[in-house]
Amino acid sequence: MYKYDDYDRNLVLERVKQFRGQTDRFFSGDLSEDEFLALRLQNGLYVQRLAPMLRVAIPYGMLSSVQLRTLADLSRTYDKGYVHFTTRQNVQFNWPQIKDVPDMLQALSDVEMHAIQTSGNCIRNTTTDQFAGVINDEVTDPRPYCEIIRQWSTFHPEFAYLPRKFKIAVNACPTEDRAAIKVHDIGLEIVQNEQGETGFRVFVGGGLGRTPLLGSAIREFLPEKDLLTYLEAIIRVYNQHGRRDNKYKARIKILVKALTPEVFAQKVEDEWQHIKDSPAQLTNEEIDRVKGFFDAPNYDTVESTTSFEEQVASNKAFANWVKRNTNEHKVAGYSIVTLTLKKTGIPPGDVSDDKLELIADLADQYSFGEVRIAHDQNIVLADVKQTDLFDVWKKAQAAGFATPNLNMLTDIICCPGGDFCALANAKSIPIAEQIQTRFDNLDYLYDLGEIELNISGCMNACGHHHIGNIGILGVDKKGEEFYQVSLGGCSGLDASIGKILGPSFAREQMADIVEKIINVYIENRTDEELFLDTYRRIGMTPFKERVYAKAH
Amino acid sequence: MPKLIKDSQIVEDNWLIIDADFEGDLPEQEVIVPLAYWTENRDALASRSNVGVWLDSHQEPSAIASDVKSLPVIAINFPKFADGRGYSYARLLRERFNYEGEIRAIGDVLQDQLFYMKRCGFNAFAVRADRDIEQALNGLSDFSNSYQAGCDNPIPQFRRR
Repeated sequence: MYKYDDYDRNLVLERVKQFRGQTDRFFSGDLSEDEFLALRLQNGLYVQRLAPMLRVAIPYGMLSSVQLRTLADLSRTYDKGYVHFTTRQNVQFNWPQIKDVPDMLQALSDVEMHAIQTSGNCIRNTTTDQFAGVINDEVTDPRPYCEIIRQWSTFHPEFAYLPRKFKIAVNACPTEDRAAIKVHDIGLEIVQNEQGETGFRVFVGGGLGRTPLLGSAIREFLPEKDLLTYLEAIIRVYNQHGRRDNKYKARIKILVKALTPEVFAQKVEDEWQHIKDSPAQLTNEEIDRVKGFFDAPNYDTVESTTSFEEQVASNKAFANWVKRNTNEHKVAGYSIVTLTLKKTGIPPGDVSDDKLELIADLADQYSFGEVRIAHDQNIVLADVKQTDLFDVWKKAQAAGFATPNLNMLTDIICCPGGDFCALANAKSIPIAEQIQTRFDNLDYLYDLGEIELNISGCMNACGHHHIGNIGILGVDKKGEEFYQVSLGGCSGLDASIGKILGPSFAREQMADIVEKIINVYIENRTDEELFLDTYRRIGMTPFKERVYAKAH
Repeated sequence: MPKLIKDSQIVEDNWLIIDADFEGDLPEQEVIVPLAYWTENRDALASRSNVGVWLDSHQEPSAIASDVKSLPVIAINFPKFADGRGYSYARLLRERFNYEGEIRAIGDVLQDQLFYMKRCGFNAFAVRADRDIEQALNGLSDFSNSYQAGCDNPIPQFRRR
């Protein structure tokens, strides 16, 4: 895990001091509401429906147990005793007081955390695969590149006032994309060329929200040393030519679409020629230095024992959990464990203070004191010995983190919605709960196989509804909450944007509607087909006919 | 006389900014004219050494690329502090067009932008008239170091370790 040096620490402390000054100037009337808004947003401080909200950065999703305990502590001292993990690998406090935020930032800085650029029209937290560094089929560990991007983008002087927010994601797995790179402003896919050199395929112009679009590849191979200068060229073109007259048309995807990806790519190349050989070009020494922070931990040689196989064979619930919630680790004898945060009745992503501490304990005892936050709002223990899995399962089960529904219909990605968010048109948490309650039979869920269901409370699409196999979007019709359904979205390598099923539905209908959709799938699927495969084969019509059929 | 932050000091500002829709004859004193006026009267103005140009936030510096050697001042307007195009313009003027004269931020210029502006090549700041310029001066030193290359230091931090 990356560790601050004096230089990083000093920068974060100077930021705390600067923000404390800005907050004081706001309260003394020296900064207007509007001026403070832009400044506080660049520090993750929103003013929400019910209270301010503070979004804290978790660079590429990595957290230490010490940091988890600090989050728990802060949630008790300044909030209501819980935090919310988001779809962008960040964490949110939902009820802080503005006056307390400088003190919270001070406390966060003690454990090498901050809220820099977690919102606002600047370069946001760079995200990646939650299994980075421990999964077998990655080209290389993407986290050092994420850290290099993090440092470069932190307080980037030229790009603090972009036309809109700007998100970068990195994937290094040729077989799977857990970082959803094609729906980011810039998606970087780490690849190797024929000479075995590491570089990036660069996608640009993806994004969700009002105009969902997939990114286009504008460069097939960017040498790793050119990473920062090329990013700079892309964002410089965007900063100068992105629309600023309409915030809904201000994302880079609109510019790329308007120019065409080819013309946009040419502009970037022209810009890049001027800066590619500047001192901003990365050095091998720097890449190696940052890689050094992500060296493998001291793995034990795990003696193969029969006990693990026996535990699996004799306990069906444990076997299910192992099958669903663990992934193969690149080191023999270890597993990657996903703790699910989607227990029915608890809003997806929410974790209470005592549970945060329990996860910290699990991390300390079983996984080198580290966890990762996944973009699907679950928590990963990346380095668990197989011989410890049974103990971890027992403890996770007691805490409610072992619901074996990972990637199943009830592992819902869901934004905070109208219960918390000032932007939302409709509530989303009760919809998630309604669906989770309806589909509570695990055998049935396993039979259905992997299905992504995503819920957003508004067009801003924080719940990524466009890329859910089943997407649900809260819409407002004359002051009443309705829900629009889309099908066929996917965030992986074969990413696609879901298509709208038809007219929207009332809240109380939602579980019925989802059930009808699922029934069409069951009736039409072939043996090996997942929901998405069946949808792609049979198209929208059968679903539409069933859902909108007149009652007999 | 209005005040200006120039090269990290508060100084008297002798330069008069000419409005975008100005027509007629310029006063003899130091003036900063809008791009359109400069383009129209370029030959007549070139003989004067006390005329600068200001660019609005949608006017890219390439429009004056051939003139930068002779201009004593180039100002960049920030119609709203959240309009960030001017940051790229200043960098281009310094790094692409090798402009060595004064780059001045005008318009909605506030304390909290000064550090970034300085890093992008601005060396003069016409802080908004309703703000305390003494206090704004503090904004230049919010941070003691930076990760990236900038006009203030073209060597990024990773090459300075």
